Amino acid sequence: MSGDSARDAVGDYRYGFHDPENATIRFDKGLSEQVVRDISELKNEPQWMTDIRVKAYRRFMEMPMPSWGNCDMLNQIDFEAVTYFLRSSEGTEKNWDEVPEDIKNTFDRLGIPEAEQKWLGGVTAQYESEAVYHSIREDLEEQGVLFLDMDSGLKEYPDIVKKYFGTVVPASDNKFSALNTAVWSGGSFIYIPKGVHVEMPVQAYFRINAKNMGQFERTLIIADEGSSIHYVEGCTAPTYSTESLHSAVVELIAMDGAKIRYSTVQNWSANVYNLVTKRGIAHSNATIEWVDGNIGSKLTMKYPAVILKGEGAHAEVISVAYAGKGQHQDAGAKVHHLAPNTTSNILSKSISKNGGRSSYRGMLQVTPKAHGCRSKVVCDALMLDADSQSDTYPTMEVGNSSADLEHEASVSKVSNDQLFYLMSRGHSEEEAMGMIVNGFFEPFTRELPMEYAVELNRLLELEMEGAIG
Amino acid sequence: MGDEVLSINDLHVSVEGNEIIKGISLTISVGEIHAIMGRNGAGKSTLANVVMGHPSYEITSGTISFRGTPLEEMEVFERARAGMFLSFQYPSSIPGVQVGTFLRKSVSAVRGENAPSARDFRKELKGHMESLDMDRSFLSRYVNDGFSGGEKKRLEILQMLLLNPCLALLDETDSGLDIDALRVVADGINSIAPEAGCLLITHYQRLLEHVKPDFVHVMIDGKIVKTGGAELAGDLEAKGYDWLEA
Repeated sequence: MSGDSARDAVGDYRYGFHDPENATIRFDKGLSEQVVRDISELKNEPQWMTDIRVKAYRRFMEMPMPSWGNCDMLNQIDFEAVTYFLRSSEGTEKNWDEVPEDIKNTFDRLGIPEAEQKWLGGVTAQYESEAVYHSIREDLEEQGVLFLDMDSGLKEYPDIVKKYFGTVVPASDNKFSALNTAVWSGGSFIYIPKGVHVEMPVQAYFRINAKNMGQFERTLIIADEGSSIHYVEGCTAPTYSTESLHSAVVELIAMDGAKIRYSTVQNWSANVYNLVTKRGIAHSNATIEWVDGNIGSKLTMKYPAVILKGEGAHAEVISVAYAGKGQHQDAGAKVHHLAPNTTSNILSKSISKNGGRSSYRGMLQVTPKAHGCRSKVVCDALMLDADSQSDTYPTMEVGNSSADLEHEASVSKVSNDQLFYLMSRGHSEEEAMGMIVNGFFEPFTRELPMEYAVELNRLLELEMEGAIG
Repeated sequence: MGDEVLSINDLHVSVEGNEIIKGISLTISVGEIHAIMGRNGAGKSTLANVVMGHPSYEITSGTISFRGTPLEEMEVFERARAGMFLSFQYPSSIPGVQVGTFLRKSVSAVRGENAPSARDFRKELKGHMESLDMDRSFLSRYVNDGFSGGEKKRLEILQMLLLNPCLALLDETDSGLDIDALRVVADGINSIAPEAGCLLITHYQRLLEHVKPDFVHVMIDGKIVKTGGAELAGDLEAKGYDWLEA
């Protein structure tokens, strides 16, 4: 595929640049038990982690591909064509100036160090398989907040990692969580001590640069009793004509009365498979919030989940998906009400354009013992043209009659009258469409830190350009 | 008076094959207020929407020019940027878009290089909102979303004042307003009238007690059947439309 046709295939994507690849260690393509063992050995991991990896690898090999979702696209994944480990830097730097020049350029272009200075409590930047830069504000460190990349977390706090790793998302959960557990590298490790409130968001930025790369970060966040944190992640990749695979696992644990908010703006280029398992456990009176935006990727399958394990726990899942040409966003939410008086809100909004497809897939479970639960699910889809597709697959399993459940779903189109109204106020058709789309996503956008909200709005306006004709 | 802003010549308009406007000619100059009166279904709203460029209407013959430029050469947003404004009978709601943001974006789209600075814009906005008796909480609501009829009309007039058009088309802006709101809306129209051409579409005389038209046109079945001065509105109020029908 020539450069031009590659660009045609993925549209106008402003993060599609790539920098020269200067790998210090690059594994051969393909997956085997030896590859898994090599990754573990290279990282000098304890034996127990090697064992977890190898066991997970075997599970991965045994498990079939999911038989639901977009099977056609899933079955196109060639696991043998993927590079499972690539090291670009000899270490994780704490000083931005010491990050290798080419990598630094990439993140400079993405505006990362600038954002850190302005509004972040800490930042980690992952390039290919490993973190290349990491920092945390001193005051947070003094309060005992741990914020490290996952590899360092395992080295420095093996006991905590051993206690919690894989307890929320076991390797055997699904084929891709097994794959991640086998070959994971990078991601964030966070522990917030009892009663500590991290006021400024901490951010992770994930960048795939190499072709046919597989990125398998693993994130574990533990918020101890009565603590709170807001974690933000962003992702981009260059535009190649061949595919990359991003398969992360995120585990959140909110102890009694703790609050974790996890915000994502996923803007992978349209050649990335984004197959991610995100799940949190909320203990008594704890809150877990997933704020999940999916704009990029070829195929996303992601259903942020919350297990409401303790009485009075609360889950909030706000997600938006934008599916353009050639894209399928199969996203949604899962909430399991296991304890009495637990509550949840799910809001899902999707936009389909130029033949794109967005699906809402949701699961709401209330167990027989979970009395007095309340849940509200709202799914809204907006179709920008007749070629596009939107579908919903809601599942409810309700084990007792005391639950108070609401479910609303709507599919709408942009009306000619709305466009005419906005155009009569001096806005071109594209600008009018951009305003309608931004307005539709507003309930999501307003939950993001302002810098992300502005960026997202700009991104959607760009998507509307050249879209009308 | 002179300065023509709108010139309509033997206009015929159809919607889905049905002819709604059947030969209308009308010229509006700066400083003139024209009122078009008639029953529901006479084609009054169609006329306003066609001039603004609603895509559902087809001009089958005749011409319209706006400040000397034939309208077929101008997109809807270009008409707006050139100074045309339509106050909608049924303004659309735009969920998720805050009134404040919408107004700022519209002012910068329409007034372009002459748009006020952020600070001047806030000042201008505050002044107009006070004159229209609008609370500041309007600005954080979503455009027309869940608005009452009167609130929608006030927002239309607020936009008109901010966009400062040279041709204002007001489609049934008086319907559904209580007497206080009617007065506020009329003040708004009167304040732009000296510098603009105004076309008021109404089937009540009420608004015309507060805004004095220079010309009143009676429209029946897609045609203007009679044109007169402000006194014609009074005649219609007293005698109805029957005496004008053939």
